[in-house]
Amino acid sequence: MPKTRLSREQIAERAALELPDGAYVNLGWGIPNLIAAYVPSAVTVHFHSENGILGMGPRAKVGEEDFDLVDAMKVPVTLLPGGSFFSQDDAHVMTRGGHLDICILGGLQVSEHGDLANWRVPGAKGAGGIGGAMDISVGAQKLIVTMEHTAKDGSPKIVKTCTYPLTAIDCVDTIITDLAVIDVTTDGLILREVAPGFTPEEVQKFTEPKLRYSSNVPEMRLQRR
Amino acid sequence: MTSKEKVYPTIDSAVADIPDGATIMFGGFGGAGFPNNLIQGLARQGARNLGVISNNCGTGDGELGLLFKNRQIRRVIAAFPGPGAKYFQEQFDAGEIELELVPQGILCERMRAFGAGIPAFFSPVGVGTEVGRGKEERVIRGKRYILEQALGADYAFIRAYRADNMGNLVYRKAARNFNPIMATAAKSTIVEVEEIVAAGKLDPETIVTPSIFIDRIVQAEGKRYA
Repeated sequence: MPKTRLSREQIAERAALELPDGAYVNLGWGIPNLIAAYVPSAVTVHFHSENGILGMGPRAKVGEEDFDLVDAMKVPVTLLPGGSFFSQDDAHVMTRGGHLDICILGGLQVSEHGDLANWRVPGAKGAGGIGGAMDISVGAQKLIVTMEHTAKDGSPKIVKTCTYPLTAIDCVDTIITDLAVIDVTTDGLILREVAPGFTPEEVQKFTEPKLRYSSNVPEMRLQRR
Repeated sequence: MTSKEKVYPTIDSAVADIPDGATIMFGGFGGAGFPNNLIQGLARQGARNLGVISNNCGTGDGELGLLFKNRQIRRVIAAFPGPGAKYFQEQFDAGEIELELVPQGILCERMRAFGAGIPAFFSPVGVGTEVGRGKEERVIRGKRYILEQALGADYAFIRAYRADNMGNLVYRKAARNFNPIMATAAKSTIVEVEEIVAAGKLDPETIVTPSIFIDRIVQAEGKRYA
């Protein structure tokens, strides 16, 4: 079995399987933005956008763009039947108030306690920006973080304590990476699935805190190989 | 009581009296719903040393970028200034701009509180992060919260789709965003619209911002996305 880490698209593909039918969902920037394309056809989810859209559909076709109908990344999108528009404050009544079933965000670091850092790399130029990530992290009924398992320099992004500026504490429920699916629980980090070809011991080597796992950890489920 | 005339004849007349040092809220998000005509009017008018409350800080020369390019802004409260906010980023890196970063939903809620007469409120957002630093913290029903202050301004510059001549507003799609909440939180709210109609011509059931929140109405000129 070749040892190839999953691509960003494959991380998105795996994450899409976490979305139950009928869920109200917010997807953040980066890998989460790829997930909508992989929602299984038997599943209907309702996408929320922080600028006041519920029932957001796919990107608008070229020539059919309406620049009053854009997502949080300024991309012209569409509205599905049953969709609605509202103001930014109502959009965050939905995030902070716990009305969204699942939110999926990108991550720079996640701690073993479920703290998330995802808005600023220390020492980076410029002012940085929080956007809606703090409101979303605090309020989501279930928060999934999708990210590469290690940073560009090979250092673990799943750490004992985050060293980057925090987005929210004790907020992450599940981490999906190019190597594993990991649940954050009160008993610590539980390794639920490993990327095809990898062993739990290998995933542990790329992870700072201790992972707990059974003697038979299944491979990450992908919809198509 | 007779109705004060709210419709201004030109963009320039609607922003003529904005003083140096004013604090102004600007609606808009993701390229939609920005009061670009009013921003351009303020650039021509030339008020300086302004404080700005906005989700972001412009895209190149567009949106608030123009006011940063002209060095009219000194203080910023924003959720996501943005990598495309070239002039803001340059002036921020040079230490010329005072910035308070606020989580986007809390930016909304602080304005809503101000507009609703609530001076401060406890919030779960930012607890344990640098947003919570220095803020009063309280445990309520076993959870940690920080005290956030209401946020008002001298002016709100907003954009809507249609207004009647009393100032009732209807928005279009995701161009609504911050505009309705800002309308409630400023001493004076100025709206630019695509179309002004007579009172009674808007369906009262569809009005999003009632006229009480609007002080000045002006017809937007030129391209919608200027």
